[in-house]
Amino acid sequence: MFLADVVGTVVSPVQIPELERRTLLLLRPVTPDGRPTAKTRVGVDHVGAGEGDRVLVLDEGNGGRQLMGDPQAAIKTVVVGVVDYVEREGEPCYDHRSAAPPARLG
Amino acid sequence: MYLARVIGRVVATVRYRGLEGVDLQWIQPLDERGEDMGGALIACAAVASGPGDLVHYVDGREGALALEETYVPVDAAITGFVEEATVLGEVLDRARYIDGPAGGRA
Repeated sequence: MFLADVVGTVVSPVQIPELERRTLLLLRPVTPDGRPTAKTRVGVDHVGAGEGDRVLVLDEGNGGRQLMGDPQAAIKTVVVGVVDYVEREGEPCYDHRSAAPPARLG
Repeated sequence: MYLARVIGRVVATVRYRGLEGVDLQWIQPLDERGEDMGGALIACAAVASGPGDLVHYVDGREGALALEETYVPVDAAITGFVEEATVLGEVLDRARYIDGPAGGRA
């Protein structure tokens, strides 16, 4: 799993059946202190997250299929948690109450 | 899953059993700005799409699961047609992903 900032939403009127009625979020993987760290992903929301939230993302097929309750679902990127607080070596490095919203990439 | 734009199609007459009739599309992954992210790749079209379309795709074993015949050697499949992607409150600029950052269609 990794941390990501939800930076947007994806509207997809035609898609594989397992994705129907699911919310797709645009995710920017980040380090615990908020620096972009990997490729932008599209994830299936499973917790009611929205733009501006820092979230926990699962990017693995077996877990994804288990969450969707469908052993044949072609889904692997799933948002599985909304992060409140991150601490590194005893020091807080993210607190959702005081964190600035994600900035636009240059 | 990742965002991508379809930049072309691939015709292959000789195929592995089970892949007959599956469209092959040449796609370029995109980041949250609509700019190219990594190299282009070939994906099976689980959802109909064509050059110029914005899509999302899944990679790895899940690529094959998106198809009708799931026991096939496939590592990427287009899972949906994207009508609109919103990034930090703004709609992803269509001209950017259709024409590419260089301004010319691939």
